[in-house]
Amino acid sequence: MSVTVETIYPPAAPGPLEWVRKNLFSDWFNALLTILSVGLLYFTIVAVVRWGLFTADWRPITVSPMLFLVGQYPRDQLWRPGISLLASTFLIGMSWGVWERYVKAFAIFLGVSLGVLAVFPLDTPTITPAIRATFLVNPLLIYLGYRLGRSKAVSGKAVALLWLVVSLLITLVILPGFRNVPGLPRVPTTVWGGLLMTLLLAVGGIVLSFPIGILLALGRRSSLPVVKLFSIIFIETVRGVPLVTILFMFSIILALFLPAESRIDRVLRALMGMVFFSAAYTAENVRGGLQAIPEGQIEAAKAVGLNNFQITLFIVLPQALRLVIPATVGQFIALFKDTTLVVIVGINDLLGIGNAVLNLNPEFVRLQMEVYLFIAIIFWVFCYFMSYASLQLEKALGVGER
Amino acid sequence: MTTTVRASEKIPLWRDERFLKLAAQIISAAIILGLLYWAIVNFLEITRQRGMPLTYNFLKEPAGFPISESHIPYEPTMSFGRAFLVGVINTLLVSVLGIIFSTILGLIVGLARLSTNWLVSRIALAFIEFNRNIPLLVLLFLLYFGVFSKMPAVKESIALPGPIFMNQRGLYLSWPRLTDTGGIFLGFLLAGVVLAGIAWNVLRRIRERAGRETYFGWVSLAIFIFMPVIGWFISGGSPLRLDVPVLQGFNFQGGLRLTPEFSTMLIGLTIYTAAFIAEVIRGGILAVRKGQVEAARALGLRSNQVLGLIVIPQALRVVIPPLISQYLNLAKNSSLALTIGFQELFAVGKITINQAGRAVPVFVMVMATYLAMSLLTSVILNIYNRRVQFIER
Repeated sequence: MSVTVETIYPPAAPGPLEWVRKNLFSDWFNALLTILSVGLLYFTIVAVVRWGLFTADWRPITVSPMLFLVGQYPRDQLWRPGISLLASTFLIGMSWGVWERYVKAFAIFLGVSLGVLAVFPLDTPTITPAIRATFLVNPLLIYLGYRLGRSKAVSGKAVALLWLVVSLLITLVILPGFRNVPGLPRVPTTVWGGLLMTLLLAVGGIVLSFPIGILLALGRRSSLPVVKLFSIIFIETVRGVPLVTILFMFSIILALFLPAESRIDRVLRALMGMVFFSAAYTAENVRGGLQAIPEGQIEAAKAVGLNNFQITLFIVLPQALRLVIPATVGQFIALFKDTTLVVIVGINDLLGIGNAVLNLNPEFVRLQMEVYLFIAIIFWVFCYFMSYASLQLEKALGVGER
Repeated sequence: MTTTVRASEKIPLWRDERFLKLAAQIISAAIILGLLYWAIVNFLEITRQRGMPLTYNFLKEPAGFPISESHIPYEPTMSFGRAFLVGVINTLLVSVLGIIFSTILGLIVGLARLSTNWLVSRIALAFIEFNRNIPLLVLLFLLYFGVFSKMPAVKESIALPGPIFMNQRGLYLSWPRLTDTGGIFLGFLLAGVVLAGIAWNVLRRIRERAGRETYFGWVSLAIFIFMPVIGWFISGGSPLRLDVPVLQGFNFQGGLRLTPEFSTMLIGLTIYTAAFIAEVIRGGILAVRKGQVEAARALGLRSNQVLGLIVIPQALRVVIPPLISQYLNLAKNSSLALTIGFQELFAVGKITINQAGRAVPVFVMVMATYLAMSLLTSVILNIYNRRVQFIER
């Protein structure tokens, strides 16, 4: 579809010519706009390509790609994030098989890019053949997962449950390890970093905040004045202040309110901040879903003889939660982007690693543009696929069409 | 209907709804208040050990740290309270300017997205998708470390038409400033705007009531032009002069200087929020049903009347609520200025915590200020929103 002005002149079929006349040159004003835009596009693209290929120095990224992926995670323990990655890609493949088009684009993109990464000619000793092999297995696993997900035996519920189990295993067993187990030594969270940290904070934040958010939303609509008051105070306070202040509160102020001897891990404190923040927004999303449930549903449930607890659990919540899926995806995107703020409390997420890499070598100090642009592109890709999936979901659920 | 069931006496306590509700409230209140009590006891214990009383006396003590950018007189010898005020003003300034510019840019991009010109629409889409899908902090770092800190030295400033100069020390804009007699002109200009507004309203109402042509548009336009012209002559012909930045020695003199930090925050917040606002505006305009426009045309309204009387009032109804939350987001996002060294509310608060060592009181002040700003903005805009919604129904 990328038709530009140049295609007017060649002896093309009347189709494209007609299209160009209608969409680009319908009147003099549109023609003027088209010519200006083509000029703008031409100069922008030429400048960007010239800079990207000839001026820019991409060494900060090519020298240590593993830093951006897993941070300072001990290099002799890399099989642990590796296993986690393989398990995740297999599950992404299964999700593609089960939920089809919502995951399809992302699964294919992930497989292709990991495959390319495996054979990408990077001249650095940090990428060992073992790592390349691990990357190369991923596309295969995605495909296998897809075939398995397509079969009748696997349901969406099973995949969701599997996701829960696997992510618990990864975050609680495989990555942190244990103090006294020789095969799985403890790796403190201070050396976790990069994309791994960003994903953990974002996923952890949204998953853990969900139950709290549901409780707050129910609390806000509750008929008990005390519960309602506390819920409203919590939600409005958290939504009224920036995330930075909440992260800061958990990283510095929280220690003042706990018994003097208690110490909480720094990453855990940041995660608590994210959950705290995210819960208030989840609560508002869920409240929107709750309000959309017609009163008749509740009356019918009462008539059948269910009590309030049963009505909420079996009638209202299942319907409400399905309605808030798109809003939750949107919130997840926002939270995913907001994880960058943890650099302010000194955690090496993707952006933090970027800052660290810039200080790694005196030659890199002036290469901020390259490093931050690289990070921006990674975020962009993830967010783009998530918003794409969310759009498909909205279409399927018919939100906004009622 | 006359059967009296004395059910309430027979219901056991654990199934009596009133009792259950009361119990649930007491239990939840007890849990929350208990947690609060526990936290406060811990806190008092720690403050007692470290000797930091929970008072605000330190606000009168000298701050002792410089603030690079202040719009009220400030010296490090002045108090912490004064420093805090400087921070609040910086936050307000960048937020208000950001809201104004992002609304304008968002409107342009939103309309471009709806353009029938395929290329223009795609460029607007690219702008929206680029900004919406990267974190604001990364965008700010790109702008600050990638663009503004890469600017040439003062001697090799980049000159743009205006004249505008860009260098390491920031942006130097040519800026209109009032001359000594400029106040008179400004007064007349203001009077012209007010009188024109009154004339428009009064004459229009007369036309609507009496049905005779009053030429309200032309009359108010004439007043609007006539008053400033009088003002121009009375003020001696030159109410404004252009303050042009000039290179003198090692630095530019005159003009309006925007520091790199302030420019980064303003540009970053503006383009980031504009992308979201563009989507809001597009959604609002698309929400007006096609039949409305067709009906208006069928009635014989001109296309600007269709836009002004039919489309915009209905689109506004849809647009205002999400617009409010975008504005609030922008104000809250201004706290990221801390990372690039623009000293607004949160950055000043953080330095104060380090200097005065009173984490909790300072933190309460910072949170309360943000909360007050958010609540105030949403109250004002919600009142406006209610008026817009009323017109429709």
